[in-house]
Amino acid sequence: MFPKGTKRKFSDSGEEPASSGDQGQAASSSSVAAARTLSSSYSLQRQSLLDMSLIKLQLCHMLVEPNLCRSVLIANTVRQIQEEMTQDGTWQIMTQALAAAQCPADRLVATEVLCRQTDAAAQAGQSPKPFSGDVETEVTMSTLSPVSPQLSSASYLAGPFGMGPYSRTGEQVFGTFEIKHPAPPPDPALEELFSDVDPSYYDLDTVLTGMQSAPKMGPYDLLESLSSHGPTSCLMDLNELDHIMEILVKS
Amino acid sequence: MTKCSKDALRCDNSCGGDNCVKQRTKCALLIKSAASTAGIGAVPASRTVSCWMRPEVWTGPASPPSPSSSLICRYQDPEPADLSMEEESDTRKINNSFLRDHNYATEADIISTVEFNSSGELLATGDKGGRVVVFQREQESKSQPQRRGEYNVYSTFQSHEPEFDYLKSLEIEEKINKIKWLPQQNAAYFLLSTNDKTVKLWKISERDKRPEGYNLKDEDGRIKDPSTITSLRVPVLQPMDLMVEATARRVFSNAHTYHINSISVNSDLQTFISTDDLRVNLWNLEITDRSFNIVDIKPANMEELTEVITSAEFHPQQCHTFAYSSSKGSIRLCDMRQAALCDKHCKYFEEPEDPSTRSFFSEIISSISDVKFSHNGRYLMTRDYLTVKVWDLQMENKPLETYQVHDYLRGKLCSLYENDCIFDKFECVWNGSDSVIMTGSYNNFFRMFDRNTKRDVTLEASRENSKPRAILKPRKVCVGGKRRKDEISVDSLDFSKKILHTTWHPHENIIAVAATNNLYIFQDKVN
Repeated sequence: MFPKGTKRKFSDSGEEPASSGDQGQAASSSSVAAARTLSSSYSLQRQSLLDMSLIKLQLCHMLVEPNLCRSVLIANTVRQIQEEMTQDGTWQIMTQALAAAQCPADRLVATEVLCRQTDAAAQAGQSPKPFSGDVETEVTMSTLSPVSPQLSSASYLAGPFGMGPYSRTGEQVFGTFEIKHPAPPPDPALEELFSDVDPSYYDLDTVLTGMQSAPKMGPYDLLESLSSHGPTSCLMDLNELDHIMEILVKS
Repeated sequence: MTKCSKDALRCDNSCGGDNCVKQRTKCALLIKSAASTAGIGAVPASRTVSCWMRPEVWTGPASPPSPSSSLICRYQDPEPADLSMEEESDTRKINNSFLRDHNYATEADIISTVEFNSSGELLATGDKGGRVVVFQREQESKSQPQRRGEYNVYSTFQSHEPEFDYLKSLEIEEKINKIKWLPQQNAAYFLLSTNDKTVKLWKISERDKRPEGYNLKDEDGRIKDPSTITSLRVPVLQPMDLMVEATARRVFSNAHTYHINSISVNSDLQTFISTDDLRVNLWNLEITDRSFNIVDIKPANMEELTEVITSAEFHPQQCHTFAYSSSKGSIRLCDMRQAALCDKHCKYFEEPEDPSTRSFFSEIISSISDVKFSHNGRYLMTRDYLTVKVWDLQMENKPLETYQVHDYLRGKLCSLYENDCIFDKFECVWNGSDSVIMTGSYNNFFRMFDRNTKRDVTLEASRENSKPRAILKPRKVCVGGKRRKDEISVDSLDFSKKILHTTWHPHENIIAVAATNNLYIFQDKVN
């Protein structure tokens, strides 16, 4: 199922728990951390773990009532990775690079709509704050919100219907990660994370088979539940389906 | 609370009377075979094996059961050789009404919970299709001592149906998350079953007589025209074939926003708790229209949520004490006498994290999937992803004992995260004397730990490798490169075959192990 190289990359990270544990401890020393960033094998693994977690969270987000325990644990993992990346400066380097890049104006609009619940996001546009403080809250995945249905459906509807041409759904999916982050356009950072992903790894087949073992999460279940809705929500379902496809196929 | 719950449970005849069932039908297949070795301390691993397959029963108000064809046994096992072996072993037991359909293994057949009652006479399983199957232990017979203690299907009923929540626009699965028996107080049996949202109280009772000779009604039960009746007759009770009826007596609903993960009956026999991801609710068994919320950990802003409740259980003797476990690996003990709301715990059990094994998965693998009080009420047992721990209620800072269930998976956590196995919720059980604990693993393996001798054993529930009446062979997983005979390599473990649910007879060494859609019952070797 997996392209061999990719698979190895993942299992290696797990099969050397001792080394990763050591490295985790070493994170306090910034020079060591910088060296590690350069050596990059560890940070690659961390990056792929982050990518995997984000995809899992996004799939949770698709469900009206996800397995709460699972999504909380995944979200905590993402927080942990981001905290560590912030500490060793990886996160800052990445977001700064992204902040320098141009982003289309219409995307800013989308972002604003999606993050409208948070005042912080509006202020964020002016001056990027240092990343060291308040790590926990800087980047919060809205993926936790599906448990409170009003919230999720709101941001959800904003996706497919609220924002113009259909061709941009992919971006909007990433936009639905509600990032309360000081960097001017919050979502390019995430998009960049995803663009790092090896496309062959996240091909539909792989992700589907990977998910099958979790019945509650299985895309088949998801598809089934989508198709079982009444005709009124059909359009919505197609959009959702499109979202899923976008996530799975897009790199 | 003044009325005796026993009487009260009896008084409500209103709902679901026809969820009935069949007679005691034989569903067991026994396979005889040679024995081999193994044993651990108090739990002799020498056991006889009998397998029951998942029966399908047509029940429920929509389609009343027809006794003659009500039981269909499904075999998921693909090998025909296996079947022939069974048939020759004990053809007497194979009933013609059993239908074998190899292609009929569905998601709905997967067993999702298994539980002995307090006497051990009955064993209940619940499945993803919302069905409950109750097995009853056969009475000892002198003529066939080797058949002592076999469990046969006693009753099958549809406990939960799939529902649709129109407000949230979502399906509510019928999957039975937990079954808990109430201690028996009269001839009938009562059990609580729950899916994600609704708890139901079921009464299971026998009927072997029926009144006959009414002349006010015709054969179909319609009242006759009074003018045609010229005399009155006193009806008489006539013996009939034994019927086992399951009736829903109470439905406890609309109290949970999140998914119910556990229920626990209180030792006062009047109340029970139901627990979802964020709340614990207290119910009176007689009152369905209200419950008390005793624990609520929902933050005002759900985005701040970092911890959920994973399981809760009442103390076996102290009716005011209960414990609940969390996804961060801690257990809280609460005393309901201190306040109506038990948001503040009275004891907090947590083991400090070992920095040497810290990784990104530390929190996920420390999430507790099950918590169980020992029968004597002195200890708590918790199961996390890789270990099972025994806690002394008097010692909060670290567990008394820690047992490695499958430590060889520590190096595979990334893959297990990738395929979501890391979120599997394994349960754990005590034996009757609290001296041995048991929990499941992958590859249809389950583990037993003797707390006194510190010995442990890995056993396998599989139809290929364990034949009825055979003695279970201990299995071994090898981690390194060199694999000895009879050992299985970590890389060839089947992660789709997992044993999540097990139960132990309250007094004897009889265990029931749910392996996907098969139920295995193992017991001490007879003689």
